[in-house]
Amino acid sequence: MSQSYDRGTIEDFGRWREFTAGMWAWIFHKFSGWVLIGYLFTHIAVLSTATQSGAMYTETIRGLESLVAVRVLEVGLLAVAVFHILNGVRLLFVDLGVGLEAQDKSFYASLVVSAAIVVASVPTFLAGAF
Amino acid sequence: MSTEVTEKETEAQTETEAESGESAHQSRRMEQKRQQASQRDLEEEARTEIDEAEQTIEVKVFRFDPEVAGKEEPRFDTFHVPFFKGMTVLDALIYARDHYDSSLTFRHSCRQAICGSDALFVNGRQRLGCKTQIADLEDHLNSTIRIEPLPHQEVVKDLVVDMEHFYDQMEAVEPFFDADELPDGDLEEQRQDRENREKIKMSTRCIWCGACMSSCNIAAGDNEYLGPAAINKAYRFAMDEREGEDRKQQRLNIIEQEHGVWRCQTQFSCTEVCPKDIPLTEHIQELKRESVKNNLKFW
Repeated sequence: MSQSYDRGTIEDFGRWREFTAGMWAWIFHKFSGWVLIGYLFTHIAVLSTATQSGAMYTETIRGLESLVAVRVLEVGLLAVAVFHILNGVRLLFVDLGVGLEAQDKSFYASLVVSAAIVVASVPTFLAGAF
Repeated sequence: MSTEVTEKETEAQTETEAESGESAHQSRRMEQKRQQASQRDLEEEARTEIDEAEQTIEVKVFRFDPEVAGKEEPRFDTFHVPFFKGMTVLDALIYARDHYDSSLTFRHSCRQAICGSDALFVNGRQRLGCKTQIADLEDHLNSTIRIEPLPHQEVVKDLVVDMEHFYDQMEAVEPFFDADELPDGDLEEQRQDRENREKIKMSTRCIWCGACMSSCNIAAGDNEYLGPAAINKAYRFAMDEREGEDRKQQRLNIIEQEHGVWRCQTQFSCTEVCPKDIPLTEHIQELKRESVKNNLKFW
């Protein structure tokens, strides 16, 4: 073959409207996984203030909780955590060969349940923030 | 004297060559004119058919030809094709090739969804051209049907992709039946029990079209990944009880490597696009479990 044309990966992402349920589940699972890893590092950084003194840890937590952005991010954190857990359970069933023909429905169910839990959590997380 | 003769002979030869060159040139021109006239007739026929047709469709086809000046840059050509009931994507392409541009290149063979030659990327999805009815494509009369070569595979020309890597991966799983024991009589069948046949039935349907491999993002990112088609082929033989335990072990050794079944990320893209409805992801997952069972040791 003298020459050929490689369309590359950029064109792949340009087709996002054509992605199927399994593909979206994969993307969301990777994304939520990376967000959770990022959160864990932040969490460790906050916890490490306790090594200085209890008062400093309390002060740090108070300072963070007083920020509206942090409260909103907590809602987002809950959203990714719940979706990651539910999709993880879905993947466990897929690994075991259970309900493979309903893999798209179980993904949509994970989204709906995640959304319901997040909406229900909003009053608790954002109480007194505004 | 001899020099004169030679000169005369040379002159005569040159004249003959010139005449034959002229005649060859003339015949080439005539041939070109005939081809142009034939092309004009075909296009005229197409125009008449389009005028008479109750419905027409617009087909946008990916074009690329690295060997022709001015066509090295990929582009899309649009063709108008008269629509008829039962028309397939392959029919539309054949019409476009026969009536508008004879250089339009695509693979096709049996036209019965058995040979797997004409896997294409139609309206954003891997499909067999001969199996895909135009009428089944959403809003086919009001929007353009977009036909591209299979993604994640290098394009050789127009809609033709290089399948060499795909075939290499298929060969890598040793896709042939290799029973431990052969029957005694020459003509005796190697019988398989009904349950076992049912288990592997779907996996035997693979037509090597490469649609699954093209839809798999993991295969696109990892050139060594065996891919869904090859793993399905491995499944077909690993689950065949007529092959012995040693052979099954060898097959599992191939598929449980780093770039084997464990690279599958269960996106289900392969299962979604398979024109033969083979549950590819299910087979990959089953081989993963077989691999785990094969390696579990409690002592």
